[in-house]
Amino acid sequence: MTPAEIAALPARTLASLVRDGSLRAIEVLAAFEAQADATEPFVHAYLLRARDSAAAAAEAVDAARAAGRPLGLLAGVPVGLKDLFVTEGIETRAGSKILEGWIPPYEGTHAARLRAAGAVITGKLAMDEFAMGSSSESTPYVAPRNPWHPDYVPGGSSGGSAAAVAAGSVAAALGSDTGGSVRQPASFCGVVGLKPSYGRVSRHGMIAFASSLDQAGPITRDVRDAALLLQVLAGADPLDSTCVDAPVPDYLAACERGAAGLRVGVHRAALEHDGLDPEVAVAFERALAVLKDAGAALVDVDLPHARHAVAAYYVLCAAEAASNLARYDGIRYGARVDRPTLRETYEATREAGFSAEVKRRILLGTFVLRKDSYALYYGQAQKVRRLIADDYARAFERCELVACPTSPMPGFRAGEKLHDPLAMYLADVFTIGANLAGLAAISVPAGLSAAGIERPALPIGVQLFAPALHEPTLLAAAAAHEDVTTHHRLRPPMTAVATGGHPA
Amino acid sequence: MTASDYEPVIGLETHCQLATESKMFSACPVGLLAPPNTLVDAYTLGLPGTLPVPNARAVRFGIALALACGSTLHEHSRFARKHYFYPDLPKGYQITQSDEPFATGGGLVVPGFQGAAGEPKRVPLVRIHLEEDAGKNTHVPGAAHSLVDYDRAGAPLLEIVSEPAIGSAEEAAAYMRELRTLVRTLGLSSANMEEGTLRCDANVSVRPRGSAMLGVRCEIKNLNSFRFLALAIAAEIRRQVDLLTRGEPIVSATLSYDPERDRTRVMRTKEATADYRYMPEPDLPPLRIEPAWIEEIRAAMPPLPAARRAAWVAQGIAEDDAVLLAGEPALGGYLDRMLAAGAPARRASNWLTVELLGKLNADGRGIEQSPVEPEALAELVVMLESSEVSGPSAKQIFGVLYGRVSEEPVLGPRTIAERDGHRQVSDVAAIEAAVREVLAANPEQVASFRAGKTKLRGFLVGQVMKATRGRANPQLVGEVLDRLLAEG
Repeated sequence: MTPAEIAALPARTLASLVRDGSLRAIEVLAAFEAQADATEPFVHAYLLRARDSAAAAAEAVDAARAAGRPLGLLAGVPVGLKDLFVTEGIETRAGSKILEGWIPPYEGTHAARLRAAGAVITGKLAMDEFAMGSSSESTPYVAPRNPWHPDYVPGGSSGGSAAAVAAGSVAAALGSDTGGSVRQPASFCGVVGLKPSYGRVSRHGMIAFASSLDQAGPITRDVRDAALLLQVLAGADPLDSTCVDAPVPDYLAACERGAAGLRVGVHRAALEHDGLDPEVAVAFERALAVLKDAGAALVDVDLPHARHAVAAYYVLCAAEAASNLARYDGIRYGARVDRPTLRETYEATREAGFSAEVKRRILLGTFVLRKDSYALYYGQAQKVRRLIADDYARAFERCELVACPTSPMPGFRAGEKLHDPLAMYLADVFTIGANLAGLAAISVPAGLSAAGIERPALPIGVQLFAPALHEPTLLAAAAAHEDVTTHHRLRPPMTAVATGGHPA
Repeated sequence: MTASDYEPVIGLETHCQLATESKMFSACPVGLLAPPNTLVDAYTLGLPGTLPVPNARAVRFGIALALACGSTLHEHSRFARKHYFYPDLPKGYQITQSDEPFATGGGLVVPGFQGAAGEPKRVPLVRIHLEEDAGKNTHVPGAAHSLVDYDRAGAPLLEIVSEPAIGSAEEAAAYMRELRTLVRTLGLSSANMEEGTLRCDANVSVRPRGSAMLGVRCEIKNLNSFRFLALAIAAEIRRQVDLLTRGEPIVSATLSYDPERDRTRVMRTKEATADYRYMPEPDLPPLRIEPAWIEEIRAAMPPLPAARRAAWVAQGIAEDDAVLLAGEPALGGYLDRMLAAGAPARRASNWLTVELLGKLNADGRGIEQSPVEPEALAELVVMLESSEVSGPSAKQIFGVLYGRVSEEPVLGPRTIAERDGHRQVSDVAAIEAAVREVLAANPEQVASFRAGKTKLRGFLVGQVMKATRGRANPQLVGEVLDRLLAEG
């Protein structure tokens, strides 16, 4: 196999070839590194490439095989991590200057479980600073770009993760989803993004943005690879009290169940959203038709409070962010700007360390938590959150899944919304319900927009939601959709040039 | 109005550091005397990505105290974040309980104090909750920097908040002593004010005597000994009464106590206090206390101080001794072992609190390091009670017991009495012989006695005791002497 052929294989195939000795982990790593070398100059998916530790990890997998030791589910699979996953010995900064130079002295649960399964961690992927953003442009570093067109954003906040998977420079990546940050970039980049239900995957070692909403999730080329990564990541963690202690089902097996007999709910009123791009609407209807053909029934559901979701979400996530980011004071770790007094040191450190979007949310969050505004904002937002969760609970009495577009529009042009925070926030309208209600959700490729004068051909994604812990149902329907479509096999043309073509 | 027209109203907020192995929300060990920043882990330092995991033992301790105080335990309670920026607070917030504490209500009966109707004084509690401690900042005099020690950061604390229902500085100190006794009896804290495992802030206000309204309150922070607690509250009452009698208003403030000048000093007025921006702690699910868990803890509770004291007093032990003995669970345990070995209660407590504690205190030792086992002391007390040995002999035997060098074999008091000739002579014939000898040897004194100088009886008893080298039963000596003197 040529390096290009190797780099085009799904993660599960790579792992199985490494396990049976057909491929060496070091060869697999070399193939993906070559792909990264070719695409990084215009994709900028990586904040940090951990070449040495990746090589050492690949060699360890090969040595383990040579010694006859059993290999894990991700043996030799190159995986990139969003920069907010704590990796022992590898700089971790959540995309922020304020953590620059921080080499964690401990391993987060995600990195630990991935490594234990034989994954080779290739480096840290670009993101909106502290995961606050929907375009990955809120960064003091070079912003990643969409492999489908370098003038376009890869989405955010896990933009680097989605871009790396789409560019073929990793076999899979890990992102975090607080309000859609796994699913929206996955849809922008034409890959699969899975947000497990809240508590399904540990948050220990995932630098917090909004604790009650944050959930780690895989970004992969197809649904079965997402199932494979979830298999490795899911399960109780004694270091996270909010992690659910429920049995971990066989997610790969669930992918073979098909969609027959499933009822898929559609909230029609949501599709009247002002900013909904007609091409997204078309792609969505096409995906529904595919599910119907696969034996699913479509039912109408009502989510009466959905229209308040964005407002409630931005109050809650800002409050939690202001609290979670209070620890970055320059005293114990990370960057510090020394000034004569403590207060000035705090101010100078945080002024220099955080960029505009992060400061905006800290200010907003601090405001809503004030004693005299708490009930009006935070308390009210919590009530809305409960109502939205109740809406979904009622909807799920009538169906197993709810479907909707992932984003109102395909990827937008870099800089287009950078100075219009409200427009940026509204890009999350379809994704945040899953976070507010703690649901499982997945975004899968649903086709490309037509190439024209206005914009190039860009991927479009559709989402499915399932009740908490119903990932198997979610994966069954997503895999059934994927089995009769080819959207997920499309690769960005520019990356294909880099590898000299790919099969499929 | 004059000073005597005012009465103080005091409420105490007490922090008690729990004697757990690990911290409130991580497996990091807790300790008191470790070198700076050696009892830390990723969570304690607030490293990114770390999460709190509640310490079940700390919760257990909290439940035990709530049960002992008769508080209402809430099956669901919640942790909250309290925000402020300070270098000793690693996360920029403290995890505590705010509007949903695990226990509310209950109360503490303060020994030695009475309520308005003469009933035993009971100070009602507002709440008990769990929280984590902050670290410690040290300001280096003259240096441009401060030092921070995170060893204490994250240590488990119980906060006990009383109602404003304490009527004097002395009562406040007694309340604190009773609380200390209780947590020590329950084994949940060393509760030592000097070492900081028991800390107290006092809210003090004054009002016209008999008024039902509360005055403007001021809070005295960081009272770290029983002495300063009482002195500081008394000083603050003086300050407030002084202001009011001069017709000046009291401004709500946070104060510190200056022991040098015996005065409270305003640190900041309340208008300037921070808004802590409380929010529910999203990293922790609601704390769930199952009824079965409560019952299990209730079943395992040791006898509470009030019950122990009542039992001891009923057996004849002085009230003050009972308070002292209950205050130190190891002391109470020592007494209970003496009683179990058959020692009469009053004498046992006297020997324990006067002789043994006297020696131990002089040597700077605790009851745990006593060289005398409670069973041995009990045996000695029994021998004394049955006149097997005299008081002076008992003290000598005790000296031998206490002074035993650790390599020496353990001898019981009876063996020592035998060996050293302390067994008291209660043989009437032998005593009579000795008395007759003394009377014969002191004819002048005998004559004077019979002439009315009855004071000389003591001298004659002393002579008999001297002749018997202190071994004669003094009571019998007295009886025999009186009989022979009367016989003429």
